[in-house]
Amino acid sequence: MRHLVSVLVQDNPGVLQRIAGLIARRGFNIESLAVGRTHQPGLSRISLVVSGDDAVLEQVEKQLNRLIEVIKVTDHSEPHVERELALVKVSIAGMEERLEVKDIAEAFRARIVDVAKKSIIFELTGDSTKVNNFVEAMRPYGLLEVMRTGAVGMSRGEQVLKVREKKAV
Amino acid sequence: MNGAAAILKALEMQGVDTIFGHPGGTIMPTYDALYDSPIRHILVRHEQAGVHAATAYARASGRVGVCMATSGPGALNLVTGLQDALMDSTPVVALTGNVPQHLIGTDAFQEADVVGITQPVTKHNFQVRNVNDIPRVIAEAFYIASTGRPGPVLIDFPKDVQQAEFTGSFEVEIDLPGYKPTYKGHPRQIERALEALQKAEKPVLMVGGGAQHAAPEILALAEKTGIPVIPTLMGLGAFPGTHPQCLGMPGMHGSVAANRAIHHADTILAIGLRFDDRVTGKVSRFAPHAHTIIHVDIDPAEIGKLVKTAIPVVGDAKWVAAELAKGAKKLNLSKWWGQLEDWKTKHPFAWKPKPHLQSQEVIQAFWEATQGKAVVTSGVGQHQMFAAQFYKFDKPRSWINSGGLGTMGVGLPFAIGAALARPGELVIDFDGDGSFQMTLQELATLKKHDLNVKIVILNNGFLGMVRQWQDLFHAKRYSEVYLADSNPDFAKLAEAYGIKGITLTDKAKLHETVKEVLAHPGPVLLEARVYHEEGVFPMIPSGGAAEDMIIENPRETVAGD
Ligand SMILES: Cc1ncc(C[n+]2csc(CCOP(=O)(O)OP(=O)(O)O)c2C)c(N)n1
Repeated sequence: MRHLVSVLVQDNPGVLQRIAGLIARRGFNIESLAVGRTHQPGLSRISLVVSGDDAVLEQVEKQLNRLIEVIKVTDHSEPHVERELALVKVSIAGMEERLEVKDIAEAFRARIVDVAKKSIIFELTGDSTKVNNFVEAMRPYGLLEVMRTGAVGMSRGEQVLKVREKKAV
Repeated sequence: MNGAAAILKALEMQGVDTIFGHPGGTIMPTYDALYDSPIRHILVRHEQAGVHAATAYARASGRVGVCMATSGPGALNLVTGLQDALMDSTPVVALTGNVPQHLIGTDAFQEADVVGITQPVTKHNFQVRNVNDIPRVIAEAFYIASTGRPGPVLIDFPKDVQQAEFTGSFEVEIDLPGYKPTYKGHPRQIERALEALQKAEKPVLMVGGGAQHAAPEILALAEKTGIPVIPTLMGLGAFPGTHPQCLGMPGMHGSVAANRAIHHADTILAIGLRFDDRVTGKVSRFAPHAHTIIHVDIDPAEIGKLVKTAIPVVGDAKWVAAELAKGAKKLNLSKWWGQLEDWKTKHPFAWKPKPHLQSQEVIQAFWEATQGKAVVTSGVGQHQMFAAQFYKFDKPRSWINSGGLGTMGVGLPFAIGAALARPGELVIDFDGDGSFQMTLQELATLKKHDLNVKIVILNNGFLGMVRQWQDLFHAKRYSEVYLADSNPDFAKLAEAYGIKGITLTDKAKLHETVKEVLAHPGPVLLEARVYHEEGVFPMIPSGGAAEDMIIENPRETVAGD
C-alpha cells in the first residue's frame, strides 16, 4: 500500500538529513520525498510517500514523531489533494510524431516548455498516477529524460497541519 | 565572559557538578574556563570511558550524566557510548569541541562531521553557531535528555563559539514545539487495563529499565494484586529480587519460571520495557496464550513495534503504575501460583559443584557478604548473565550494565561513574577477562580518585560467551576466543597502577578472599580464576522460544574439567 505522509518540521539546518536518515535506518522504503517552506517563518513541510501495510505506516509516523524537530505528522487517508510536477523530455523523429505527441500532451494538459529540433520538454502536474500514465504514453516515442518532484499533498477542507497548542508538561 | 565560561555557567545552572572528559585542541577554551569553575572534572584516559562513566552516573543517581571531548577523534570515541546510552534510555549530555566555523567542511585538522555521525546514536543533537544561543541550547539539551524517554543528547561547540564574547542572557525559555512527552496515561486505557487484569487467570507483570524510578509503585501494584513479577535484565532492582512474587528475569538466559510463566500467561502487563529480541526470542512464538498484552511506555513508538498490544498506555511508568495500584484489586491466583511455585522450586538458578572455582559461586559469595547492598556493574558476556542471575537486586538503580547494545568494556567505567554518583557506597564490577581489557586504562582514573570500587575479574581465559556459542552451535571450533595464553597477571597490573591486586585460584579460600576484598578501604582488583568451560544456562537459543529452553548444560558430562 502506498501512503502519502505530510510532516511539519522546524526548519533547522540538517532536519532533512535527520528525517531521511531515520527513515532509511529503520528500513522503510521511501518512494518520494518533497520539501519546501510554509507560510510561517521557521516551519517547513515535507511530503513523504512510503509503501507498506498499516503497521509500517504506523511505525513510520511514530518514529517521525520521535524526532524533536518534527511538529506534526499526518497520513493522507482522508480526501486530499495530491500533486507532483514532472518535466519530461521526449525525442521526436519527424513532423507526424510531433503532432501525435502534442495531441497526447493536450489530453493530459501537459504544457510544452521547450521545443528543439529533435526533442520537446513537457511540464505536467497531477497526482502520481497521472504522471505515470503520461510517462508511459510518451515512452514509445523515446523518453530522453524524466524528472519528477515527488508528490506533495494537502487535506481537503478545513483540516490543517499546524503547530499544536502549548501544553504544560 | 566568553562562550566557554557561558557553557560552564549554563551547566552549573542545570545543577551539573561532575563532568567526565578528556581535553584536546578544539575544546581547550572550555577546559580553560573549567579551571575557574566549581564543577568537578574527572579526567578519563579514553573518551569512551567518559561517556560510559556519565551513563552510569546518570543511572546510579537518576540525574543527567555529562561528558566532554574534543573534536574529531575525541568526539568519535563517544559513538559507542552514546548508542549504549540510547539503547538503554539513559539521560546523558555530551559536549564536544569542533574546529572553528570557517574551517568546518574543509577537512581541517581533527575535523569530523560529528553532528552527522552522532545523529543516529543520540536522541537529539545540536551544533551551536551563535555564542548567545549557549544557555538556551544547553537548557534544551538537558530537558530533552531527561524528559520523556530519556536519552543522550550531544552539543557540538565550534572553537570560535567558545572564544566569542557572550552578550546574551541566561534567562532562557525552552521552546520545542515538536516535543511534548505524555506523562499521564489515558484514563480510559488505564480503566481497560484494570478490567483486563481483573479478568486474568494467569497474569504476569513484566517490568523493564523504564520502571527503575517507579519501584515503589510497582511494589504496591504487585502486592495489592498478588501478581507474579518478572523484571527484565534492565529492570532488575525495579522490583526486589528476593521478593516471593519475583520470578526472576526472562529471556535468553532468564529463569525457567519467568519464561514458562510468560509462555502460559493469558495476560501480560508490561511496564517500561521494549520487548527486545533477547527477551521475546522469536516474536511469533512469544507468549502464545496471552490474549491481552497491556503495554505501558512513555515512548509511543515502542508500543506495537514488536508485539501486538491489546491495550496501549502511553505514559510515565511511575504515574501509570500508581494509577493501576490505586484501582487494582486482589486477584485470586492460587491455581496459577501453584504452577509458578513448582517451576520456581524445581528450577532455580543453580550450578553443579566442581573442583574448580566457578563464576556463579564467586558472585553468590559477594551477594551474601554484601547482603545485596552493593551497586553492581558488569562487562558483557557470561559473567554479566551470571551477575544478573546470582546477585539478587532488591533496590532500584543498583544494577548498571549494558543491556541493549551489549557493550564489552563498560564494567570499569560504569563502576567509576556509579561510585562518583553514590559516594560512600560500595561498588562492585563483575567483569570478564575479555571485557575488562577493553577499558582497563581506567584503572588510572580509579586510582586517582581512590574510589571504593571492587573489580572482580571472572577470568575463564576465554571470550566465554562466544566460546559457549561455538561450543553449542559451531561444533566446538573455538575460533579466536582463547585469551589465557596472553592475559596479563591482572593483580600485578592493578599493582602497577597502585591499586591492591589479589589473585584467587583456590576454591577453599573464596569466602576469606571476599572478606579481604571488602575489608580493604578503596579500590581492589580481584582476579578469580574460574572454571574455563562454563556455560550460562538456562538458554533459549537465538531465535527460539520458551519451549526451546535448554535448562541445563548439555555438555556437562562431556566437557570434563
Ligand atoms: C565491544 C564488543 N565486542 C564484541 C562483543 C561480542 N561479545 C559478546 S560476549 C563476548 C565475550 C566476552 O568475554 P569476557 O568479557 O571474557 O566475558 P565472559 O563471557 O568470558 O564472561 C564477546 C566477544 C561485544 N559484546 N562487545
